[in-house]
Amino acid sequence: MKPAPFVYSAPESVDEATDLLNMAGEGGRICAGGQSLAPLMNMRLAQPEHLIDLNRCRELSWIRADEDGVSVGAMTRQRAVERSAEVHARLPVLAATLAHVGHFQIRNRGTIGGSICHADQAAELPGLLLACDGWVEARSAGGDRRVEAADLFLGPFTTSLRPDEIVTMVGFPALAPGTGWSFLEVARRHGDFAVAGVAALVEADGQQVQASSVVVIGAHNRPLRITEAEAILQGQGYGPDVRDAAAAAAEAAIEPGSDIHSSAETKRHLAGVLVRRALDEAFSRAGRVGGQQ
Amino acid sequence: MTQAEQNMRRDVSLRVNGEPVRHAAEPRRTLADFLREQCGLTGTKLGCEHGVCGACTVLLDGEAVRSCLIYAVQAAGAEVTTVEGLDRDGELSPLQEAFRENHALQCGFCTPGFLLSALSFLRDSDDPSDDEIRQALSGNLCRCTGYQGIFRAVRQVADSLAGQAADGGETP
Repeated sequence: MKPAPFVYSAPESVDEATDLLNMAGEGGRICAGGQSLAPLMNMRLAQPEHLIDLNRCRELSWIRADEDGVSVGAMTRQRAVERSAEVHARLPVLAATLAHVGHFQIRNRGTIGGSICHADQAAELPGLLLACDGWVEARSAGGDRRVEAADLFLGPFTTSLRPDEIVTMVGFPALAPGTGWSFLEVARRHGDFAVAGVAALVEADGQQVQASSVVVIGAHNRPLRITEAEAILQGQGYGPDVRDAAAAAAEAAIEPGSDIHSSAETKRHLAGVLVRRALDEAFSRAGRVGGQQ
Repeated sequence: MTQAEQNMRRDVSLRVNGEPVRHAAEPRRTLADFLREQCGLTGTKLGCEHGVCGACTVLLDGEAVRSCLIYAVQAAGAEVTTVEGLDRDGELSPLQEAFRENHALQCGFCTPGFLLSALSFLRDSDDPSDDEIRQALSGNLCRCTGYQGIFRAVRQVADSLAGQAADGGETP
């Protein structure tokens, strides 16, 4: 349970880090909060030759919360975002989702960018980023580019990021006025990986659904946006029949695998239950004055 | 640090329990092993070495973290608090005393991790509910006690802090 030997660098700027990553080539690996990487390294499931630690890159740690939404530097600690008063005011779904990420000791060290890049299919932050139509910016020696969440998560622990890219920021757009939110998950114990989870956003004008976003985590090989459910809800008066049809669409869309925590059938069932509950909660929040409560 | 270095032991300097320490360590040496093997502070325990059990929990610059998931080189220049740093000139701290009174330990293996987690939580929270305490403790595993004594100890200290808030409070 000790990692294999590695060369270690702690650059103090992103540009220094990208240079190091280029020099290191295939053997290079970025270390953000280390809460997912260090377990893999300790178990020797990952054996990078050269660990490039971003914890001294102060320029990557910031929070901006305004009418456009919440943007954070990639190395911003999950706990800092969870406890930020501005995040609670501007995008409460982000703070609420973070409470499900591991335990507070993990969140003291884990970062927003690290969780996104690690792309565990049961992880909460990738699911929320997808539900919010968020994005990341990534830098390489060739410059900066923006990657939308819809184009980011390809499969288990796999993103569309190139090996020479470092994510510098993660952006969550503001919710449209009149949008309610919900994030729910089932885990064996508090803080465990999600057996299944749902992020739901519902923009409603009275009873009528203007738009929605439904994402399931932990029940597919990546966080999955259930566009079929969103199509069912679009323009409809919200009620149990429409909600249940959306949940059935979610159960049909996902391809859960079985693991030591639950069978595929259980995950599928739980995904349906959570979609129903999350849609109810999101619709109810949409109905309160100003939405987003 | 602007150059990649060879994988050799290099000096790592930090402060532990208020005292400066400096030892040579390979980059792959975890903070947990650095504290145990090189600082001789074996109060910090290894339970799972992948961040789940909480036995290795220490404070890094005041925040509870898993020392098995941090490499000692990453903690260079930081302030670390271990269980050995909790007592007050040989007297148990209020939190440690509460653990003793409430039978919150049997074999004691999980106890250092629980103490540091509880300390961090109590410093950051204001009159926590029972559920908030349980959630805060959920990142530490205990095989002996069934957790109720641990909960009662933390509840007791939280209550006493709330009671003392008007007087400026006491550190737990």
